[in-house]
Amino acid sequence: MFDFSIVTSFVDNLLRQTLGLGDFWTILIECVLVGLGILVGYALLAIVLIFMERKVCAYFQCRIGPMRVGPWGIFQVFADVLKMLIKEIFAIDKADLLLYYVAPFLVIIASVGTFSFLPWNKGMSVLDFNVGIFMITAISSIGVVGIFMAGWGSNNKYSVVSAMRGAVQMISYEMSLGLCLICAVILTGTMQMSGIVDAQTGPWKWLIFQSPTAIIAFLVFLVSGNAEANRGPFDLAEAESELTAGYHTEYSGMGFGFYYLAEYLNLFVISGLASAVFLGGWAPVNIGLDAFDHVMNLIPGIFWFLGKSFLVVWILMWVRWTFPRLRIDQILKLEWKYLMPLMLLVLILTTAWVALV
Amino acid sequence: MANIIMFCILAVVILGSAVMCVTTKRIMRAATFLLFVLFGIAGIYFLLDYTFLGAAQISVYAGGITMLYIFAIQLVSKRTLQGLVERLKGSRVVVGALATLAGLVTVVAVLLKNQFINAALGTSDTEVPMEQIGKALVGSGKYEYVLPFEFISLFLLACIVGGIMMARKEEEK
Repeated sequence: MFDFSIVTSFVDNLLRQTLGLGDFWTILIECVLVGLGILVGYALLAIVLIFMERKVCAYFQCRIGPMRVGPWGIFQVFADVLKMLIKEIFAIDKADLLLYYVAPFLVIIASVGTFSFLPWNKGMSVLDFNVGIFMITAISSIGVVGIFMAGWGSNNKYSVVSAMRGAVQMISYEMSLGLCLICAVILTGTMQMSGIVDAQTGPWKWLIFQSPTAIIAFLVFLVSGNAEANRGPFDLAEAESELTAGYHTEYSGMGFGFYYLAEYLNLFVISGLASAVFLGGWAPVNIGLDAFDHVMNLIPGIFWFLGKSFLVVWILMWVRWTFPRLRIDQILKLEWKYLMPLMLLVLILTTAWVALV
Repeated sequence: MANIIMFCILAVVILGSAVMCVTTKRIMRAATFLLFVLFGIAGIYFLLDYTFLGAAQISVYAGGITMLYIFAIQLVSKRTLQGLVERLKGSRVVVGALATLAGLVTVVAVLLKNQFINAALGTSDTEVPMEQIGKALVGSGKYEYVLPFEFISLFLLACIVGGIMMARKEEEK
C-alpha cells in the first residue's frame, strides 16, 4: 500500500542532511510547508465543493445549473470569488467593530483546525495527537463562539436571533456527535486518528461491519453532523424567508466569503470524519479474496479517502435538497428527546458488545 | 529555542488579553478577551505536551464556560451591563497589591522548596498516552481517581436537575 511517509522523510532528509540545517530551521520550514499544503488543499476543496453543490442542487431540482462561464460552467466559482473580492467592505454603524472583524476568523480557525486532523493517507495526517478525536470536538466548539460574535457584532436583531439559534443548535448536536465518536473510540480502542484507521484495515474490518451498533452510530453521526455544519434541513440559522440571511447578513466581501468557505469545508470535515471513523478512511475495500484485495491495495489511500468522503458529501447534499427545513423547536426536540437518549443507549450496547463479543 | 519563542508569543497574548479583559468597558469584548486568555493557556499546555489537558481546556473553557457567559450576558437587559466602571479606592489598591505579593511569595516558595523545576527539566518531552490517563481516571488503585470522578459526575447531575427544576414553569392548575 502506498505510504506517504516516503515523501515526508525525503523532505526531512533533504533539509537535514543535504542542506545541513539545524533542528529549529528544519522544523520551521516543514511547518510552513505543511501549513501551505493545508491551506491550498482547503481552497481547492472549497472550489470543488461549491461547484458540486450548485450542480447537485440543480439536478435535484431538475435544472442544469451554471452553464455560461466556461464549458459546463466549471469557471463559475472563480467568477463568484472574483465578484466577492471586489465588493465594498463597509463598517457597521453603532456596532462593536472588534467583534465584527474577529468573528469570521474564529469561524475559519475552527474549520481549518478540524480540517487538519483528517487522515488523508497512510503516513499523511497533519495533526495526529493521541487525543485526536477529543481534540476535534474541542476545536469545532470554537466555531460556535465565532457565530455568536458575528450575530452580536452586526448590530442587527435578525442576526442576533439567528446567532442564538445557530449556537443553541450547534451546542445541542455536539452532544450526540461526541457520543457517536465515543462509540467508535470504544470499538477501535484508540483516540488517535491514524490508530482508528489502522484498526479498520483488512477484510471486512470497517467499523460499520464490525458491530451493529456502529451502523446506528454512523447514521446518527450523519444527522447530527449535518446539524453541526448548519446545513440541510437544519439550516434555520440562515432561514432566508424569516431572518434575511442569518448571522452573516451584515458581512460583505471576504468576511462573508469566510462564512461561505467554512460552511462548505465543515460539510467536508463532517464527511471526512464519517468516512475516516466509520467507513475506514484510507483503508481500501478488502473482501478476503487475495487477488481482489491485492488489486484494491494498489490504489493509493488518498483516493479511497476522497472517494468515500465525497460519497458522504453527496448523500448530505441529497438530504439537504430533498427535505424541508425544520422549525427550531422540532430541531431541539429531535436532539434532546430522540437522538441523545438513543445514543446513550447505543453507547451502553456498544460497551456490552465489546465486552461480550 | 522554538519553545522559548512560542512561550513568549503565548505570554504576550495571555497578558495582553488579560489586561484588555479587565480594562474594557464593553461586556462582550471582555468575554472575547477572556476567551483569548483561555486559548493562550491551552497553548501553554500544548507546549508542555499535555495534549489531553490542552484539549480539555479548549473544550471546557472556550467551548463551554465562555458560551455560558455569553448566554448569561444575552439573558440580561442590554443596558445593565454596558459601560460599567469601577473606581478604585487607595486602600483597596494597597490590599490588592498585598494579596498579589502574598500569592507570589507562596508560589515562589513552593517552587523553590519542592524543586518542581528541576524535576520538570529532568523528564523528557513525551506525551502521556491516553490509555494511562483513562485508567487513572476511573481506576480504583493507588494514584487512581474513581471516587473524585464519580463524586463530580454525581454533583454535576445534581446541578443539572436543580437547573431544570428552577427553569421549569409549573403549569397553572
